[in-house]
Amino acid sequence: MAQPHVQVTGLCVAARGPGGSEALIVRDVSFAIPKGQVLALIGESGSGKTTIALSLLGYARPGCRFAAGTVRIGSTDVLSLDDEELYRLRGGQVSYIAQSAAAAFNPMKTIMDQVVEGTAIHGTLTRSASETRAVELFRALALPDPEGIGSRYPHQVSGGQLQRLMAAMALITEPELVVLDEPTTALDVTTQIEVLRAFRHVVRERGTTAVYVSHDLAVVAQMADRIVVLSEGEVRESGATADILERPRHDYTRSLLAAARPKPRTTDEPREDTPLLEVRDLGAGYGRVGADGLPEIRVLDAIDLTIPRGATLGVIGESGCGKTTLARVVAGLVPAARGEVRFDGEPLPTNLHQRTKEQFRRIQIVFQNADTVLNPAHTIRSILERPLAFYRGVTGEAAGRRVAELLDLVKLPGSLADRRPAELSGGQKQRVNLARALAAEPDLILCDEVTSALDTVVGAAILDLLAELRRSLGVSYLFISHDISTVRAVCDDILVLYAGRKVESGSRSALAAPPYHPYADLLIASVPELRTGWLEGLPPRVTIPIAETHAAQPAGLCPFLDRCPLRVPGLCDRLAPPRQRFPSGKEVLCHREGEDLARHQLNTAITT
Amino acid sequence: MAEASRAIRASAVRLVLNRVAYGAVTLLLVSAVIFLITSWLPGDAAQELLGQSATPEAVAALREKLGLDRSPLARYGAWLRGLATGDLGVSLAANTPVADLVATRLPKSLLLAAVTAVVSVPIALTIGIVSAMWRGRRLDRSLNVATLSMVAVPEFLIATIAVLVFAVKLRWLPALSNAVDIGSASQFFRTYAMPVLTLCFVIVAQMARMTRAAVIDQLNASYVEMAVLKGARPAHVALRHALPNAIGPIANAVALSLSYLLGGVVIVESIFNYPGIASLMVDAVTNRDIPVVQACAMIFCFAYLLLVLVADLVAILSNPRLRHR
Repeated sequence: MAQPHVQVTGLCVAARGPGGSEALIVRDVSFAIPKGQVLALIGESGSGKTTIALSLLGYARPGCRFAAGTVRIGSTDVLSLDDEELYRLRGGQVSYIAQSAAAAFNPMKTIMDQVVEGTAIHGTLTRSASETRAVELFRALALPDPEGIGSRYPHQVSGGQLQRLMAAMALITEPELVVLDEPTTALDVTTQIEVLRAFRHVVRERGTTAVYVSHDLAVVAQMADRIVVLSEGEVRESGATADILERPRHDYTRSLLAAARPKPRTTDEPREDTPLLEVRDLGAGYGRVGADGLPEIRVLDAIDLTIPRGATLGVIGESGCGKTTLARVVAGLVPAARGEVRFDGEPLPTNLHQRTKEQFRRIQIVFQNADTVLNPAHTIRSILERPLAFYRGVTGEAAGRRVAELLDLVKLPGSLADRRPAELSGGQKQRVNLARALAAEPDLILCDEVTSALDTVVGAAILDLLAELRRSLGVSYLFISHDISTVRAVCDDILVLYAGRKVESGSRSALAAPPYHPYADLLIASVPELRTGWLEGLPPRVTIPIAETHAAQPAGLCPFLDRCPLRVPGLCDRLAPPRQRFPSGKEVLCHREGEDLARHQLNTAITT
Repeated sequence: MAEASRAIRASAVRLVLNRVAYGAVTLLLVSAVIFLITSWLPGDAAQELLGQSATPEAVAALREKLGLDRSPLARYGAWLRGLATGDLGVSLAANTPVADLVATRLPKSLLLAAVTAVVSVPIALTIGIVSAMWRGRRLDRSLNVATLSMVAVPEFLIATIAVLVFAVKLRWLPALSNAVDIGSASQFFRTYAMPVLTLCFVIVAQMARMTRAAVIDQLNASYVEMAVLKGARPAHVALRHALPNAIGPIANAVALSLSYLLGGVVIVESIFNYPGIASLMVDAVTNRDIPVVQACAMIFCFAYLLLVLVADLVAILSNPRLRHR
């Protein structure tokens, strides 16, 4: 093999802790990348992958320093460069694509100003020449309105577009090496495909060497030639992508792979059918209430759902589809503008102030981010004792016993009771969050993206816990997620939301076979599979252009109309779609007949 | 597209008009409060004017002449009408129109404030930005100690020391700045040097510290790390990326500090014998000269509201998310 383009040898990075003592957060990491290849750094949070990626730009975050090792790009010894040489390296020879484009773009400057900034800093091109190249890149990255998009501000374009614009920003100086740091993690799956395709296209076409940082093996399988598996700052295993996926040698890699393929945690055995929660024709939103009694911004429209006692209903959809608002309406945090919510046969006031304490107790909510939900000033004990005293009137010694039971229930050691949230790991905090909900002994728990902020392995353990609690306590869940494989793994029934409308619903098994609603079909087809070549194998129809805005449609029309590959002109844009019930028991909001849909569908039956 | 941008501009205009309307309502409320408080002030202007030996009949006659016998509401209405037409009433002590008194003093105060602003704002912003860029290093720590000690020393002490050093010991500058007969640039400098220096000591520190905090807040943002990784030099990062995002809080800090320059400078005015509006108000309070007190208070409030309004407008217009809502 020829001299590799990038060579990292024995890299160690030290970080200063709060006490002033230094600890190594990256230990003796070595890898090499031949020219034009893509190497993936994969690992969970805290594995040091971003720290290693940033070392390729000679950059250590505040509080960190390079303790040992070399980073060589071509003939440049990156870690021995002085400040002036580093300015030339960064954004010139090596460029960086950050995880959250929304945060990495300066909100005060136009997109074009920021995209061409690199060429201005490095003096490589005149302003007009670099604008021309930027427009070419926008076109290559399949961005809408390539000539005009540069004059907008970051808040005026979507997240997926910003992420591609950042790729343009990174590529405009024609760097030898591009570092992509979790560039699609913040995106919806349907958007992620667009961005992955665009990245792949430009990286391959230009023969750029790239480092792709991710926690998601399935995404990495589409992008990388080689994979380096990291945990706790050390290399666990490295090899060609297919080898790592098919013949993992290290236990840690195996656990990552196992967590990426969620196993079903629910049984299809018959269950009792007394409804616990029933929602009929629900409409809700925000803003001023108009003359028709509906709010200005409508988030949910005509939602029907039923959760039988002891069952789990999964609600899935992309960001902004209204799934969190649905949970908030059930919890009473957002008043319903229309429709009815019944709980255990009784109508449930949708206004918080009209609910009884008992109604509060029986419905508990668990939020996505345990970091912000748990009061950092309180001990775990006082966090758990408060609902005990409030809902059950349990205090004193009895409360102490109950706290120990609750911690045991969520599989945490009792010794944690006197710690504070900051001393716990992310997974432990989410367990405390769950124990807090369980303290009220609820019948229904609303789980809003409870595993989304967690690493896959930790999240999988939380899913196991939820399933076990359901078996032992008989609680029901309204399980909200953007991740279809998680929903499939834990839910009995699934509801697909799009733009606040229910486009499809049915049992878990019914949702594993066509015919699907065209949006559900796109959603399912967009989940990357854990094998190489999946992205190339996708039929191009998955990538129909995403419409710019969800402009207001005439009332009642299909919400998916402007993105639907199967729309029927003259029908779909004029008449409201009927709610069809197919033989499998699923309901689909579409004009097309079941067989007709199935014939055009991307997905065939899925085995779970 | 054109329609959309027109809608955007319309919404920005609406936002601005909204702020102006709020400012006007606040000013009206403030006028009521000022009127209420000044009418509760102990002492009676008629009694004060005529002295202890005046007969009750003389006091009553003067009260009637001054309109003090009318109901408070009627007096407030008359006063507001006067304010709206520029008639600030007649000074009880000097027996001249308040407007004339203000007209001799206000331009002087505005000039002092303007000179101080021109000197102090650039210094404060530079100190703030420089210490933000070198945060935690020795330069930042020294600037921190310097600005903190500046703000901790009372202004009469600074003024007195300045007079001792520059006027008494070195004899470079006159001890008094009564601002009459300024004919040349050097005279202007000699008159304003010490009052401006003293005032700068007071307000530079505040503005610099707020600027530092606002810029540091932005320097921790992801887009700043992104700019660093694009190869931008520290000055470019601070001035082109962080500073535009910090304009809103900085404009507010500057407005708050500058508002002090009209009403809060009475110590400086009296030490240097400078004929500004703050000393006019203090004299009026001692004389129970209520019309002058009211007029001065209204001027201070108006200036304060105007500065805050301008700061808000700067924040709105500099932010594309508010500008293009």
